[in-house]
Amino acid sequence: MTEYLVRFLLGGVVVSAFAMLGDVLRPKSFAGLFGAAPSVALATLGIAVYQHGARYAALQGYSMMAGALALALYGVVVCQLLVRAHFRALPVTLLALVVWLSAAFGLLFLAGGST
Amino acid sequence: MTPIRMSFSSLREGRWYEYVIRFALGGAATVFTGFTSRQYGALVGGLFLALPAIFCASATLIEAHEIRRKHEAGLAGQRRGQLSAAMDAAGAALGAIGLLAFALVFFLSVESSVPAAFVTASLAWAVVSVAAWYARRKWRHVRHARTLRRRSAAESLERRAAERRFLKVH
Repeated sequence: MTEYLVRFLLGGVVVSAFAMLGDVLRPKSFAGLFGAAPSVALATLGIAVYQHGARYAALQGYSMMAGALALALYGVVVCQLLVRAHFRALPVTLLALVVWLSAAFGLLFLAGGST
Repeated sequence: MTPIRMSFSSLREGRWYEYVIRFALGGAATVFTGFTSRQYGALVGGLFLALPAIFCASATLIEAHEIRRKHEAGLAGQRRGQLSAAMDAAGAALGAIGLLAFALVFFLSVESSVPAAFVTASLAWAVVSVAAWYARRKWRHVRHARTLRRRSAAESLERRAAERRFLKVH
């Protein structure tokens, strides 16, 4: 329980810090870079190294590459749907999570990860 | 002159509950990743280190801020809000290339030195993200200039043809 509380607080602080940095930066496309900042990764990998060791964290880093590629695809899909289909941000960002999930697990499967 | 600047006015535009939502989402995403790693292993858990959970909140907030700003000016602002969120999404797609660099550098270096892995991976994210953003900006400028040149050449041809027609008639 304590572990999850530490995760929650650490994740909240790191994510908020990156988000606020993104808020004050202009232009908006540059600020958007912080939407893909390694905020959750920094918090989680730190705990992973402390609890399970470097090998375990390296494995997480390996599959994170598939997640990052899926995130790039997700960003493109969300951008296109907002510009061309004129949808609102909330439904688009939530619906496109299907794209992220499919791409992330698909890439991990192709890379030989046991999903 | 650098095109990147800081504007602290956007911090004043944010409502307190928006910061709470982001904090809670960030915390929840980190807890969820830890839970997934424990239940399904490091490989599946690692995927969720790049989960766009926080992006959903950020894009929605950007759209809401833009609509609020336009409402105050007496305009609808819905389209402007969508376009602002779209720009944020384009930036996130470029940032994801940086995230890929972060993951690759971390994967390759963490077993040699943990502190060095965190520092070099973070640097890799920053350098690759900014480079990708700058390259896209340059490419867009070049494409825009080419379009303008083509349009200007077409207009000049049209003008010359009109002049020839005028001389033929008179």
